[in-house]
Amino acid sequence: MTEAKPGWRELPFGAVPYKPSLEYHTGDWGVERPDFDLEKCTRCTLCHFYCPEGAIGFDAGYPEVDLRFCKGCGICANECPVEAIRMVRKG
Amino acid sequence: MSAAITLKEAVKWPDLLASGHRLCAGCAEPIIARLVLKVRRGATMATTATGCLEVATTIFPYSAWRIPWIHTAFENAAATASGIEAAWRAMRRRGRGPLAKYEILDVIAFAGDGGTYDIGLQALSGALERGHDFTYVLVDNEAYMNTGIQRSGGTPYCAWTTTSPAGTVIPGKREWKKPIDEIVIAHEIPYVATVSPAYPLDVMRKARSAFEVEGPAFLHALAPCCRGWRFPPSKTIEVAKLAVETCFFPLWECRVEDGRPLYKLSPPSLAIAKRPERKKPVEEYLRVQGRFRHLFRPKRREDLIDNIQRWVDRRWGMLLEKAGL
Repeated sequence: MTEAKPGWRELPFGAVPYKPSLEYHTGDWGVERPDFDLEKCTRCTLCHFYCPEGAIGFDAGYPEVDLRFCKGCGICANECPVEAIRMVRKG
Repeated sequence: MSAAITLKEAVKWPDLLASGHRLCAGCAEPIIARLVLKVRRGATMATTATGCLEVATTIFPYSAWRIPWIHTAFENAAATASGIEAAWRAMRRRGRGPLAKYEILDVIAFAGDGGTYDIGLQALSGALERGHDFTYVLVDNEAYMNTGIQRSGGTPYCAWTTTSPAGTVIPGKREWKKPIDEIVIAHEIPYVATVSPAYPLDVMRKARSAFEVEGPAFLHALAPCCRGWRFPPSKTIEVAKLAVETCFFPLWECRVEDGRPLYKLSPPSLAIAKRPERKKPVEEYLRVQGRFRHLFRPKRREDLIDNIQRWVDRRWGMLLEKAGL
């Protein structure tokens, strides 16, 4: 009756997200960014675990923020036990 | 093995939920997801029920997941996780298929409170009863935040939501929060625990325990939502901490041994059990959130605050009894 339709092997992949979200920069969402006072910092690493973006890394032994992704929520500044983080205007 | 987890070590482990996801600034869900994924043992697969975490991390064509991830509908995250686990076991048994080479596979289902308390409850119950070896993470932000703050079974008493608005006639939601943990423990699964993003080490230790047990494990995570709970984004962790300090959301773990549930309080809650004067009044937790503002303004509703305090005290007392304290 009807012509043969392609089976599932022939169909193209549908709705598979194929790009890493790292290519989508969310850094322009916020107006503030954390500013670290490395003299006060005790390297407790809490800011790394509390950051919703995973934007704070300790690869160099001290905290560094990736401004391509920081949305400026301010959790790190609010939670730093030694108050070594201050939120400042971006730009 | 789980005793080996320290913050200094864990900071070097890779994040499996990448940056660039589009959850709100100050959201607690990626904090929990990152912590849980950090302690995986090897091969890991995840599935997420519809919810904030799902729609914001996988906006086409981008995906924030660095592990194999499957989209599921609202109601069947647990069923999909069962399927992954069953497929892996079948491939292992036959010795062929893409998953056959993995000796261990951590299967994680992330679901929100809507996908657990209300819509996904029967799929969860079925998966727990069949005893699949997977970890179910309930990311509880206490309403349907993804669709615009509608009430769910997980919304607490008196909380404002768009479908339980606070006004002159009703004071927000009129029902109590569903005791989902007891429902899950009644299935006699080997491991159930509550976690809070304010205590990262506790989250990672419990997640590791959940992966290690044979059979289903359930983690109930409180995820404060700055949009829906109405507080500034920077206060997320502060609110999560207050929930534990007021015993509104105590931290504990429960293992079933010889068919008997054995409750154990986790350090932050154990400290309160040992020194009861440290327990803060629940008002401190309610006051910081705009969704409870009608309890304080324009008129202080002492009766409702007392109701909530009595509920908290009763639940805390029951928990202490169960933990044998």
